[in-house]
Amino acid sequence: MSEMTQSLAEPVAAMRGTSLWAMARHRFVRNKASMASLVILVLVAVFSFGGTWVYPHRYDQIFPSYVAVPPSLDPYPREDTLLQVMQTAVERARLRLDAFDADGTTYTARISSDKPIDARATRYLDRPDEFDSAEITGTADDGRTIEVKGRVNAQYFPFGTDRNGRDLVPRIMVGGQVSITVGLLATFVSLVIGVTYGAVSGYVGGRVDNVMMRFVEILYSLPFMFFVIMLVVFFGRHFVLIFAAIGAIEWLDMARIVRGQTLSLKRREFVEAALAMGLTNWQIIRRHVIPNTIGPVVVFVTVLVPKVILLESFLSFLGLGVQEPMTSWGSLIAEGTTGMQAVPWLLIYPAVFFVTTLFALNFIGDGLRDALDPKDR
Amino acid sequence: MLRYVLRRLLSAVPTIFIVVTLSFFLMRVAPGGPFNLERPLEPQVLENLKRAFLLDQPLVVQYGHYLWNLAHGDLGPSFIYRDFTVSELIGKSLPYSMTLGAWALLVAVFGGIAIGSYAALRQNSFVDYAVMSVASFGITVPNFVLAPILSFVFAVVLHWLPAGGWGDGGPANLVLPVISLALPQLAVFARITRGSMIETLRADHIRTARAYGLPTRVVVVVHAMRAALVPAVSYLGPVAAAVLTGSVVVETVYSLPGVGRYFVLGALNRDYTLVMGTVVLISVFIVVFNLLVDILYAVLDPRVRYE
Repeated sequence: MSEMTQSLAEPVAAMRGTSLWAMARHRFVRNKASMASLVILVLVAVFSFGGTWVYPHRYDQIFPSYVAVPPSLDPYPREDTLLQVMQTAVERARLRLDAFDADGTTYTARISSDKPIDARATRYLDRPDEFDSAEITGTADDGRTIEVKGRVNAQYFPFGTDRNGRDLVPRIMVGGQVSITVGLLATFVSLVIGVTYGAVSGYVGGRVDNVMMRFVEILYSLPFMFFVIMLVVFFGRHFVLIFAAIGAIEWLDMARIVRGQTLSLKRREFVEAALAMGLTNWQIIRRHVIPNTIGPVVVFVTVLVPKVILLESFLSFLGLGVQEPMTSWGSLIAEGTTGMQAVPWLLIYPAVFFVTTLFALNFIGDGLRDALDPKDR
Repeated sequence: MLRYVLRRLLSAVPTIFIVVTLSFFLMRVAPGGPFNLERPLEPQVLENLKRAFLLDQPLVVQYGHYLWNLAHGDLGPSFIYRDFTVSELIGKSLPYSMTLGAWALLVAVFGGIAIGSYAALRQNSFVDYAVMSVASFGITVPNFVLAPILSFVFAVVLHWLPAGGWGDGGPANLVLPVISLALPQLAVFARITRGSMIETLRADHIRTARAYGLPTRVVVVVHAMRAALVPAVSYLGPVAAAVLTGSVVVETVYSLPGVGRYFVLGALNRDYTLVMGTVVLISVFIVVFNLLVDILYAVLDPRVRYE
């Protein structure tokens, strides 16, 4: 019996499945805005997740010498600042700088003192971010004068640094990781809750359905933003809590959509057949109802992801998101707003990444809706 | 109709009750309290404070007490702003939020509907595409990005408008906050109106009106608008409640003395009664505006009857 149903059911399901998805893919690929958005989104994701592996600076690495330096494609330090930095470093070692010369990547300096100079004094010269690998190349006056040679440590800050002297590029990468991860995980949480709830409610029907949907209606009229804020404030700003809280409030629409789908599905013949074969309700919901609601659900998920990213960034903007030195796009934007006059790049770069990603996600959502559900428009 | 309104208002009571209960217990099971300061208080002082605010009683007693007071319209004293009751704090700040919100709502609704209808009349023209791409920009860019950027451009770079503060509540102080608050909603209204207007313009009664030779203006404003507004109205309820009770972001960015701020401040300081007060306020607004929206439905669509 079971062999026969399998041989009958499987090829049919496979054929229908391929053609539906192939058609949807065909329609999606033809949509230029969506394809371009997809490419942009992949680029942003690769930048955020892959970037931290190859980029030389870490997101929490502080460069005391480069606090709030503007974005630039030329390497720091600037030539004309080097003498001053060396002067300060030498003075800190309680020595005198007699001569200093730098040529892009290396420097030479002649340093003197009244007493013989300890070789360990060169450590003082390596301390600023600008200089590296100082080496004594020659001594004179019984060690009272030394010649030092070292490297000028070139650093690139294409997006500038923040007011703590951290490079903005890796911070945007890490912020993107957090925002995208929270967006996907929270959507997944709401997907699981919403689909299960909606499918059960629609499938069981009757009084149970009434009660369950009444409950959803009550939840709709609650000020949810405030509940999330309350949860996060009172139970700590934990990463997991943030996406769990967001996911737990965003499942309502999903539950409604799935319920509607389920109501029309449960009168179909294959559900009756499954019932006749003696499958339990839960098995039918899992094997027949939920897989068939997947079209509208996929569309809704693409709408939900940007919404969740927005919500997370909003929390971060209020200072309720992930904690320093961790960051997210929302926190970066919040940080940028407080110093727009002096350091506008702290607002502009994160905002550009954030808005671009949201745009891309929205266009992909539109494209998917057109592709999967052409009657919808 | 009156009976319908009364029934709806009555059915709001359990909703608000659930909100109050949920937020009350959620707050209390969380660690920390309003008097857990960095420098601990004298035990005697702490005890007196706790007694004064009933915090030494069992939780259920406090809950009952709060409900009893709430039923009498008393939101209780603020834990942190010691000389004020929560009602006073809200009463003081709500007018600011309401003024700001009312302007933003007006701009969003009328602007959105006008722009959406205009785009619908010139469907697939350059104007349509331009308007709708601006609208999708408005939907995508959240106001915590929009508000700082507007303030940066118009206050910091151009020096045309003040960067923040309420001032005397004049137009100069209000323009940027109102735009920041209104633009995202305006974009949504424009999109919804465009969609429904395009559909309505294809309806039979519009074709009839055109066939009679009525000018386009009359056809659109008198005959099409009413039907086209229904989807936009359904979006109005939650938006109105959110906008009128103050946007936390806009109030923070422009440092305005509204209600939104009190919620975040209250939550951060564990000011239980203040948080409860703002939550109750928001829920009441949501309930009232959902009701208003349903009544508006009946006005716009004569097929809708409430018994």
